[in-house]
Amino acid sequence: MAETHSLQDMRPQAAVAAKVFIQRDYTNGTVCQFQTKFPSELETRIDKQQFEETVRMLNNLYAEAEKLGSQSYIEGCLACLTAYTVFLCMETHYEKMLKKIAKYIQEQNDKIYAPRGLLLTDPIERGLRVIEVTIFEDRSLTR
Amino acid sequence: MKNCEYQQIDPQALSTPTPTPPPHQGNEPEKKTEPKRPKRKWEVFPGKNRFYCDGRLIVARQSGVLPLTVGLILVTSGLFFIFDCPFLVKHLTSCIPVIGGVLFVFVIITLLQTSFTDPGILPRATPDEAADIEKQIDNTGNTSYRPPPRTKEVLINQQVVKLKYCFTCKMFRPPRTSHCSLCDNCVERFDHHCPWVGNCVGKRNYRFFYTFIVSLSFLTAFIFGCVTTHLALRAQGGKGLVFALQESPGSAVELVICFFSVWSILGLSGFHTYLVASNLTTNEDIKGSWSGKSGEDVTNPYSHKNIFINCCSVLCAPMPPSLIDRRGFLPADESAQTGGTDIELPTLATKSEINVEEKCLDFAVTCSG
Repeated sequence: MAETHSLQDMRPQAAVAAKVFIQRDYTNGTVCQFQTKFPSELETRIDKQQFEETVRMLNNLYAEAEKLGSQSYIEGCLACLTAYTVFLCMETHYEKMLKKIAKYIQEQNDKIYAPRGLLLTDPIERGLRVIEVTIFEDRSLTR
Repeated sequence: MKNCEYQQIDPQALSTPTPTPPPHQGNEPEKKTEPKRPKRKWEVFPGKNRFYCDGRLIVARQSGVLPLTVGLILVTSGLFFIFDCPFLVKHLTSCIPVIGGVLFVFVIITLLQTSFTDPGILPRATPDEAADIEKQIDNTGNTSYRPPPRTKEVLINQQVVKLKYCFTCKMFRPPRTSHCSLCDNCVERFDHHCPWVGNCVGKRNYRFFYTFIVSLSFLTAFIFGCVTTHLALRAQGGKGLVFALQESPGSAVELVICFFSVWSILGLSGFHTYLVASNLTTNEDIKGSWSGKSGEDVTNPYSHKNIFINCCSVLCAPMPPSLIDRRGFLPADESAQTGGTDIELPTLATKSEINVEEKCLDFAVTCSG
């Protein structure tokens, strides 16, 4: 999970201009959801629709990870019957979803955010509290 | 007036002649002679926790009475299998040690899982995050001399909930999160800090804790019932209870332990069953957060309004991941700075402070007399 991002490999000289933090949205309770409000600092860098689409997709993925459905009930009951020892050998549904989320963020960074001098940090590296968006200095403007 | 001669107290000079190995010896030779061993994150974890098996197991620094809990369970169960089972197998059924064995295994496994699992600790905010939050708090336009209120109100399922700012972790606590002073960590869905298991009970280990107390109440009641039956059978034929106890002294010990613990454990199981069914935590129940004491129309915003769904969401929900990434490696540049100096500096500062205080006292004494 703690991996050096490809953007930092590609542009080691880029300096960090600012960091924006997308906070959690608690209106539906304690489920992991992030605010879709577009931060003003990103107005010059990225399209509002694009950014909101990314956050909305992340919210959907987290909602699916925490979903209470028949599959999670079966997993939970099975785990209880085995005194939860299955957690030692089996990868939980949540962990599988986290891998999916990490891949999605990597993809988004490579395709959309890196070319615009931005970097999304996986929320799991910040304790699922914030989505950290690092804004790099735009060298093209200073040339 | 006496002319006092004084020498300037040089704090730097005080740090060098210390009997304990000075910090610079620890760091520099390591850097020169050995390649830097990459540190894992648990080694620099700021909370009051202890880690075993290279970060795989986590427990509170104050282990409380966990050894006592384990000891009591082992002793009682051991005596049961040694003294009561042979007699009961002969006179009743051989299912008894099987049931007892299954319950015992359940109890021990769930106890160890409750004690050694991360309860849902929230990692502290990074310096950038903390600075961003501070900026937002200051921007709320507080012009009076009092510090700005460190609370934030959010609307959860049409219910107003106040989020408090945690000064230790430097962030606004998510709903249902509380800071445990014993462990010095913010824990999600904080229930309580249990000294019997030596750990906090929170989002990630509540199901283990609940299974532990339920299976323990079954085990205690089962042993109590079996011991009573055993003694009753032995005392048959006019032989008397004293004779029975003399024949099986272990049973007397079990009887005492079980009798005193079964009521409290059954009570605790009943209480937690109520909490699970209404999707409440011990913390919220004690504080009366949703009981409407202040006269307002407050309801628990997290309850699904259905006992079955509440139970399922607490006990059968997908297992959340550990957010503290204990076994991850620190980035190479950070491990040298944060790992080494952060641990060494506090001791250095306190030592020089103590010495400075002594020198100040000496100076004061010489001046006055």
